[in-house]
Amino acid sequence: MKFDINTLGIVLALLGAVLAALMAGIGSAIAVGMGGQAAAGVVTEDPGKFGKVLILQLLPGTQGIYGLLIAFITLTQIGVIGGGGAEVTFAKGLLYFAACLPMAIVGYYSAVSQAKASVGSIGVVAKRPEQFGKAMLFPIMVETYAIFALLISILAITGVGNLNI
Amino acid sequence: MAVLQMQRIFLCALKKERKQILELLQRRGVIEIEDMDNTDNVFQKMDVSVAKNGFEKTISVARDAVSILDTYVPEKKSMLASLNGRHEVSTDVYDDFFDKHDDTLRIAHRIIALSKEIAEQKGEILKLDTQVEMLTPWITFDIPMNFSGTRYTKAFIGTLPDLWTMDAIYERLADFTPLNVDIVSATKDQTCIFVLSPKDKADAVYDVLRGMEFTHPSSTFNKAPAEQLEILKDRIKKANEAINKAKDEIISYADKKEDLLFLQDYDTMRAEKYEVIGHVLQSKNVFVLQGYIPKRDALKVSEELSAKFLVSVELEDPSEDDEVPVLLDNIGFSKPLEGVVAAYSPPGKGEVDPTMVMSLFYYLLFGLMLSDVGYGGIITLACAILLIKFKDTMETSNKGSLKMFLYCGISTMFWGAMFGSYFSDIVTVIAETYFGRTVVIEPLWFTPMSQPMRMLAFSLVFGIIHLFAGIGMKFYQLILIKDYKSILYDVVTWFVLLISAIIVLLSMDMIKNIFSLNINMPTGLVNGASITALLASLGIILTGGRASKNPVKRILKGIFELYGISGYLSDVLSYSRLLALGLATGVIGMVINQMAGMAGGGPLGPVIFLIIFVVGHTVNLGINALGAYVHTNRLQYVEFFGKFYEGGGREFKPFSVKTKYYKFKEKMKNEV
Repeated sequence: MKFDINTLGIVLALLGAVLAALMAGIGSAIAVGMGGQAAAGVVTEDPGKFGKVLILQLLPGTQGIYGLLIAFITLTQIGVIGGGGAEVTFAKGLLYFAACLPMAIVGYYSAVSQAKASVGSIGVVAKRPEQFGKAMLFPIMVETYAIFALLISILAITGVGNLNI
Repeated sequence: MAVLQMQRIFLCALKKERKQILELLQRRGVIEIEDMDNTDNVFQKMDVSVAKNGFEKTISVARDAVSILDTYVPEKKSMLASLNGRHEVSTDVYDDFFDKHDDTLRIAHRIIALSKEIAEQKGEILKLDTQVEMLTPWITFDIPMNFSGTRYTKAFIGTLPDLWTMDAIYERLADFTPLNVDIVSATKDQTCIFVLSPKDKADAVYDVLRGMEFTHPSSTFNKAPAEQLEILKDRIKKANEAINKAKDEIISYADKKEDLLFLQDYDTMRAEKYEVIGHVLQSKNVFVLQGYIPKRDALKVSEELSAKFLVSVELEDPSEDDEVPVLLDNIGFSKPLEGVVAAYSPPGKGEVDPTMVMSLFYYLLFGLMLSDVGYGGIITLACAILLIKFKDTMETSNKGSLKMFLYCGISTMFWGAMFGSYFSDIVTVIAETYFGRTVVIEPLWFTPMSQPMRMLAFSLVFGIIHLFAGIGMKFYQLILIKDYKSILYDVVTWFVLLISAIIVLLSMDMIKNIFSLNINMPTGLVNGASITALLASLGIILTGGRASKNPVKRILKGIFELYGISGYLSDVLSYSRLLALGLATGVIGMVINQMAGMAGGGPLGPVIFLIIFVVGHTVNLGINALGAYVHTNRLQYVEFFGKFYEGGGREFKPFSVKTKYYKFKEKMKNEV
């Protein structure tokens, strides 16, 4: 049987989807864990701050969701979910793979960095709970880049679907 | 929509009326009292630290007592009880509590002492229990444990590790007969023995026993074990009785809980009052206080004071140098967002209150990011129900947050309908799974999921509008302080530059392709825009650094100022999160619906469907509502406020009733 390189297309695309979910998910898991440790410390001293520190803990959890989103969109596009869909050629598969990379890589690193900002902000809330509004802003600054990555990944994946190669 | 105008208030009154006057001011809660530092021979400040410490101690004692009471007499509280707010009582209750104060404090101390007693007795029982445990293997032994021998014999009472038989022990001690060995009890861990040997061989016997790792019991007493056990059990019983008695006494104070809570509030108020007394100047017969009061309350309060007491009240407008505290006043749907502004920073000197303009965008942004009719409906409904149910009792701050989310929910429903999202695509999934039909609710506008570029374009346009509103606010602020130069240099130039830049960008093929736009700018307009853009840039370079005298520095600073255009670019791109977060909500909702739909028909299908639907959408709603909330705040704080607002004002902190459990209704009988 002759080897058809185009059969690898879907493999690459799936690899990209899985990578986005994996790396962003791992990043968020680490990040939310870090936040949780700091938050637990604050709650030991003052259980009344639970609501505030919980929000700060959850902030770096969004990257995992974005990763899931990218994975899902890719899986739908290549027909792994929902069936149907056009044939994924080798080139197309590679394009899908590349399109998933921003979310995978930026997702991981932004989650971990955001967790560091979150932990710092939890410290702010511990000492000065009235400054919660400002404390919330620091982790959000980091998240911007995860959102940009998400955007590029979404646009690229939907764009690749419309390409004719 | 404004920062309330403040007035300075000076009050001079008789010292004998101090208590009544301060209590009235505290209940009105409209004056922020300032520290006065011009003391002299006549006017002195009182040292209130001792009194304040006393109150704080009372508060902490009462708090401890309440928490002890709560452990013994748990009170059933529903999840929503905290929305009920403080209990309202008449001011008479406050006045009457003075007589009850010391008794209540005594009860608080008593409760704490009882709880200490319980802890001590519990420790005692623990100690006795270990003794009982140690004694149990000796229970059949009828000689006192501290028996050491007779005139000619020596007794060894103790334990050997592991299990020993009589023969094995005699074998070891064979050289020292005659002697007597009794095994009191034996388990596989230890063997309790009693050895009686002649006195002259005692030392040698002891050496051998020691070789067998013989140990004496850890405590000895002059009673036989069985007898001793009885004594111990008796003591445990007594300790238990003492615990129960103390518990009963604590429980008997359950009806005093309200007094204890009131005690905390009472002394919190008194501590606050003494704090104020520490700030006012006092002579032998009069006292003087000064502070800030909102202008709208000033007259009413001064009239009330003059009518009731012998006072002199003076009001005057604050001077330029005064650091006037800031109190915001907004109406309707803007009011709940005052907290959002305060969380950033109250407006500083010469700044306007941004709440009103911000609120227009706030709800729209939140709705755009969540954009789902189902989710918006849930939020709206939940807030509405709570607002109605706790209408009369809820604290203002809770009411504000609930109202804010109510409006956010309505906006979410609106945008959800625009984008055709009802729990994402639940209608389609249900129709397909259970009725085998294809039903799609058409969006009122368009579906972002199928036209992401269109949504991106809309997000960026929305961002541009938001940013221009920010520049507009700056314009308004500069007009108010009549800084026309800055209007021309900092606002008009930028405005022209940005508008021209947008026109030029829209005429570029690349941009047109990206957003698949089909507009043809007239060439004249584009050329004109290019020229005005250049002129505006030149203007910024020339005027941006006008604070510097040195011309070279000035130009360099101007160029740096122009570089700020990259800031506008990133600000606008930042609004792409509207698309990203909106899509995130929708797509995750779709995943949930799809998973639920996989359960299919059959008898169990709908049940599984329902479980996945409820759990999945609850989680999705929670996470995305949080996301929408924080990112809305970010767009307001960073992108919008960045254009005109610095804050740095001081929040108005009036002398008021800051209690936790009770609030006071105004006295009716004394008032006409």
